[in-house]
Amino acid sequence: MSVTTSAERGTPLDAVILAVGLGLGAFLSLLMAAGTADPLFRIHAYVFLAAFTLGLGVVVVRLTDPARREDGSRYMDGVVRAGVVASMFWGLAGFAVGCLIAAQLAFPNLFYFPDLPWTNFGRMRPLHTSAVIFAFGGNVLIASSFYVVQRTCKARLFGGLLPWFVFWGYQLFIVLAATGYLMGVTQSREYAEPEWYVDIWLTIVWVAYLLAFLGTIWKRQEKHIYVANWFYLGFIVTIALLHVVNNLAIPVSAFASHSYSLFAGVQDALTQWWYGHNAVGFLLTVPFLAMMYYFVPKRAERPVYSYRLSIVHFWSLIFIYIWAGPHHLHYTALPQWAQTLGMTFSIMLWMPSWGGMINGLMTLSGAWDKLRTDPVIRMMVVALAFYGMATFEGPLMSVRAVNALSHYTDWTIGHVHAGALGWVGFISFGALYCLVPWLWNKPGLYSIKLVEWHFWIATTGTLLYICSMWVSGIMEGLMWREYTSEGFLAYSFVETVSAKHVSNVIRLLGGLMFLGGAGVMAFNLWKTIRMPSAAPEAARLVAQPALAAAE
Amino acid sequence: MDYATVAKAVQQGGTLYFIVIFLAGCAYAFWPKKKAEFDAAARLPLEEDA
Amino acid sequence: MWKKHGKLERHSMLLLVSTLVVVSIGGLVEIAPLFWLESTVEKVEGVRPYTPLELAGRDIYVREGCYVCHSQMIRPLRDEVERYGHYSLAAESMYDHPFQWGSKRTGPDLARVGGKYSDGWHVDHLKDPRAVVPESVMPPYGFLADKELDYRDIADKLKAQQAVGVPYSAADVTNAKADLEAQADEFSDASGLKARYGQKITVRDFDGDPARVTEMDALVAYLQMLGTLVDFSTYQAEAPENRR
Repeated sequence: MSVTTSAERGTPLDAVILAVGLGLGAFLSLLMAAGTADPLFRIHAYVFLAAFTLGLGVVVVRLTDPARREDGSRYMDGVVRAGVVASMFWGLAGFAVGCLIAAQLAFPNLFYFPDLPWTNFGRMRPLHTSAVIFAFGGNVLIASSFYVVQRTCKARLFGGLLPWFVFWGYQLFIVLAATGYLMGVTQSREYAEPEWYVDIWLTIVWVAYLLAFLGTIWKRQEKHIYVANWFYLGFIVTIALLHVVNNLAIPVSAFASHSYSLFAGVQDALTQWWYGHNAVGFLLTVPFLAMMYYFVPKRAERPVYSYRLSIVHFWSLIFIYIWAGPHHLHYTALPQWAQTLGMTFSIMLWMPSWGGMINGLMTLSGAWDKLRTDPVIRMMVVALAFYGMATFEGPLMSVRAVNALSHYTDWTIGHVHAGALGWVGFISFGALYCLVPWLWNKPGLYSIKLVEWHFWIATTGTLLYICSMWVSGIMEGLMWREYTSEGFLAYSFVETVSAKHVSNVIRLLGGLMFLGGAGVMAFNLWKTIRMPSAAPEAARLVAQPALAAAE
Repeated sequence: MDYATVAKAVQQGGTLYFIVIFLAGCAYAFWPKKKAEFDAAARLPLEEDA
Repeated sequence: MWKKHGKLERHSMLLLVSTLVVVSIGGLVEIAPLFWLESTVEKVEGVRPYTPLELAGRDIYVREGCYVCHSQMIRPLRDEVERYGHYSLAAESMYDHPFQWGSKRTGPDLARVGGKYSDGWHVDHLKDPRAVVPESVMPPYGFLADKELDYRDIADKLKAQQAVGVPYSAADVTNAKADLEAQADEFSDASGLKARYGQKITVRDFDGDPARVTEMDALVAYLQMLGTLVDFSTYQAEAPENRR
């Protein structure tokens, strides 16, 4: 097992390049810190400096100590393990901030602190959305994609230290974004709040991610690229495109944290919602479907229901999603032809969405009993059910007449959470429950019973959340347009605010249950990691599937 | 170019473009010769270790 | 065993390029016409770039994330027009980098909040929303009144706005700092400011604290001009050139 390949024995080029890059980065951040008059920019320059210096130290230690180099004949699972831990950490943090802002809307007198501007809803809400979408979701995706691409290509991750750079670079992006929001460094573009220099950093990390992923595919020992990797690749490439175009901006100066978007008004709005909707499509849907196409068959121990359907699914989904953005701008100053186009494609989106859902569900045909015996499978099936529900509701809400009622209301918030808690959350939980025993070489999970508990608490919490937002959303939408018999508006705006109090409390309860379920999960996974290992040195060799130990 | 022309061009062009891509995707997926490759591919997640 | 087709393996690159083509064309066809179709933005009188003080206020609006709860986009629906005023025109946000249309109304729309309430009301409401509107769920913003506005970089900000296409003149940039100070002081000589930005500019101490220019001054100045630029008594909504 200690035999290393020639590439590993030679000069570790990856470490040298990384060390030079980090040194350059440290130097640049020192310049940033020295040249700026903007205190917030200086804080971020110091964060960059600390991260680069620390990284440089670690890389230099690795360079000088060959014993620390990883065994190149095995799958690179260390970075996946780190990703699993990071996912769990950011997940808990993101859900907790969500509960806090839900509490602020339910009990504003208790949860606002006049002396602490950074705790205000306007700064915490982007913190919540970014923490769950990019920190939790992003880490789940990076970790699971690194796991899946190695297994389905029978190749070790490409690029030596490159995947580790992707992992830590991404964590740095999260820290910069999160601290930025709290200090008030934001572009105020929904789901694209980080400022220009954080965007540039993410672009660098993302290109490295694409290279690591694509390089692994180049090294593959199978002719065919498994369809899950299509979905992951589609996600990486499209997010890169969306991120770069939507964040085009001119900074106030090279030493200022603030920037102004390159586009204005109506063009800016469409660019932003082209991005915003496709962040949902290509970050919260496409790569999570990749997870479905790997983890559901793997856990159910049977191939996907129809591989051919999965190919049609891929092309029609990525094609249609990219057009759907304008449905976020119905009845606005966006020209109507663009609105109609967005609506048409949004309705069409229903078909590939349900095609994919059916493909996932039918994978279980002949093994439906697993729903009863295996709560992890059940979690993934419920994820698909929520996916089906949310992708039915979405096209419905994109119809202009329905949107006239639902837009600007809590209904949208409920819809998002049906997808986010129900689909993204549950499919991620399912994958994490699968991954931890596989990665840490354990015979199974610490407690299946705790998975049951997590399942029921989180499902109930999600349903409470969605239902309370349906009620409050439709109610406020109707109240806004209610007229008295004399022809006057029946309600002042603030009456609709106070009418939502009960729904807001129930929403908070639902959120707390979802958070509680995640807490149970974190405990369970922690105990699993601490369990004695199944068999020492289980075969994780690249390209030797025949030697594989049974799970 | 006025509003109506652009609206028509984009809507009809978009639909046509979609149909072409969709048919191409279906043709690729359902090409008889490809069946064996896809059946083997579907088993990929099941045949590796751990 | 699968053999690679040279450095850039064929299958994966085909997949990557096809994906990129499919998603780029969709986005391009949809977004690009908005930039070259002249009818996208109506031609209306009165829309002007923000004064330096209003721009600084807008930056605070952006910094605090007001868009997560307040829209600035009135839809052409009967109840909205009656509640908030004339529906929003594309022209009214043509100098908004970034746009702040919002997507959620946890609080009311602000597209035409300008002039609806007094400065004092805004200051009291921002400091303690529930003291003014007991059912409100808005966070308190008293700290804005305590914090002096940092406008050392206001000329740079105007320059950056120029770079993204806002028609600020060289004189606007040179006088940015003076204009900002002039607008927040009702006893100042604001003739230069008014010559550059129009006679309708309101010049006064917005936060009730004449000794300092605070962030509250800037934010209230911004809020008080929202939606006031276009004269809707003369705007012809049904005219063919305004229909899109």
